[in-house]
Amino acid sequence: MYGKGLRALSISTVVVIAIALALVFFWVPLEAEQGFLQKIFYVHVPLAIVALCGFIAGGIFAIQHLRTREAKWDFRSYVAIHMSLIFGVATLITGSIWAKGSWGHWWVWDEPTLVSFLIVFLLYATYQPLRFAIEDPERQSRYASVFAITAGAFVPLNFIAVRASTAYVHPRVLGATSNLPWQMSLTFLVSLLGMALLFTTLCKYELTAKHTRAQLRALRRLAERRTGTAETAVPRRGRSAAPSLHATAMSANAQHHAAEPGGARTGLR
Amino acid sequence: MSATIPGSESARRPVASGERADGRRGTTPTLNVVRALLRKELLVELRTLESVPGMSLFAVTTFVVFHFALNRNSIDGDLAAGVLWVTLLFAAMLGVNRLFVADADQGGFDGFLLAPVERSAMLIAKLLALLVYLVVLELVAVPAFLLLLAPSSDHALCSLIGVLALGDVGIAAIGTLVAALAVRTRARDLLGPLLALPLLVPIVIGGARASSPLLVLGHAGSPAARWLLTLGLYDLVFGLIAYALFDFLLED
Repeated sequence: MYGKGLRALSISTVVVIAIALALVFFWVPLEAEQGFLQKIFYVHVPLAIVALCGFIAGGIFAIQHLRTREAKWDFRSYVAIHMSLIFGVATLITGSIWAKGSWGHWWVWDEPTLVSFLIVFLLYATYQPLRFAIEDPERQSRYASVFAITAGAFVPLNFIAVRASTAYVHPRVLGATSNLPWQMSLTFLVSLLGMALLFTTLCKYELTAKHTRAQLRALRRLAERRTGTAETAVPRRGRSAAPSLHATAMSANAQHHAAEPGGARTGLR
Repeated sequence: MSATIPGSESARRPVASGERADGRRGTTPTLNVVRALLRKELLVELRTLESVPGMSLFAVTTFVVFHFALNRNSIDGDLAAGVLWVTLLFAAMLGVNRLFVADADQGGFDGFLLAPVERSAMLIAKLLALLVYLVVLELVAVPAFLLLLAPSSDHALCSLIGVLALGDVGIAAIGTLVAALAVRTRARDLLGPLLALPLLVPIVIGGARASSPLLVLGHAGSPAARWLLTLGLYDLVFGLIAYALFDFLLED
């Protein structure tokens, strides 16, 4: 279901990333002021853009989830936000390295983009704890979607607010690609494409893996029930922040699982 | 004892008495529901005194803590605005954390859901209740702040009240949404502030920048229009988001 086209996508990701790295290291001219250090721009900025787009995509999937109530949209929203968090960590690390190299400090407060990214990251860091703290899978997915939509709307607003708070302090040099030489723009766009492909591929891998695991578990349960070997039961899925895939993975044998209690959950509330 | 069963009676009371004039039987005009719910909220707060006294006391104590932490007898400008807004924000968090606890623990949600009324009525009532709490908090905290930390005669008090009001609306909208989101999780005391603080950063930016010229000693300036605009816009957007999403939090 989710594995379709995965191979082609993976191959094109590897090819584009390889081209982008080759361009970055062997072709694009060194920037006059910062020299070699400036090349981190081709990693850091695409990472940040892709992570932010992933957060917003998570919000859009969440809107779809609340509208259609199909578990697959919650699943996609979860994976998009999860992957964006990982890209977000990478963005903050590369941003810190860049700041240390060019300004001498690991963190600079007068770079509004970096600061707003940190705020957005801190907000999304509560996504997994929020999911984990809700026992009921249906309510978990619903609340997570409400959070994802709120946070998705917060992303652009926060950028506007933080930008406004520092706009007159520090002139912005980077960020607009229009004043770059064409070699730099081209390399940047290829890197951006590579990062976007990487994000999509990793999301697809996670979707496929989680979906396959859920299907396998359902099948093993079914096989056990047929043969009647209840002693070696497949361990139930523990409490998790990841969405449970009952609706998608077990649609084939839904009637068997309809009567099943919702897992070995400790009902605290 | 009657006050400890929030929602269940007051929300249903209008249903028993009120039939809509336009013939939609079974639903009550949202305005009546909001009024009943708000009355219930304020009554419960008056009888139990769970939130507002704690919030006010917390704010005053925090000013004392700031006096010792900063080792300053009086502060002004940016520093004063920062101290004021951080204190108000954390005091507001106390109220946000308690906002839905009684409803979740004592069946208020169930009672409300059984009543055939618009669900957003609860959002509006809770938002207004939180707004009232914040206004009462500021009635105590701002004079205490001016008395303890920022002694000065010609503060632009009217403008400060305006900025605070704009900030309060935003805190109330975000606080209500977050409180409803966090209250039925296992770690609600932790998740509430964790969710709310990043969402409130733009309010702090707008509020603190707008009020810092008002707190300059001697010659108070006026707040820059763009901060008021930022606050107003943020209030509006998050008010709409909370209104659009609140129903989904009340479904079970």
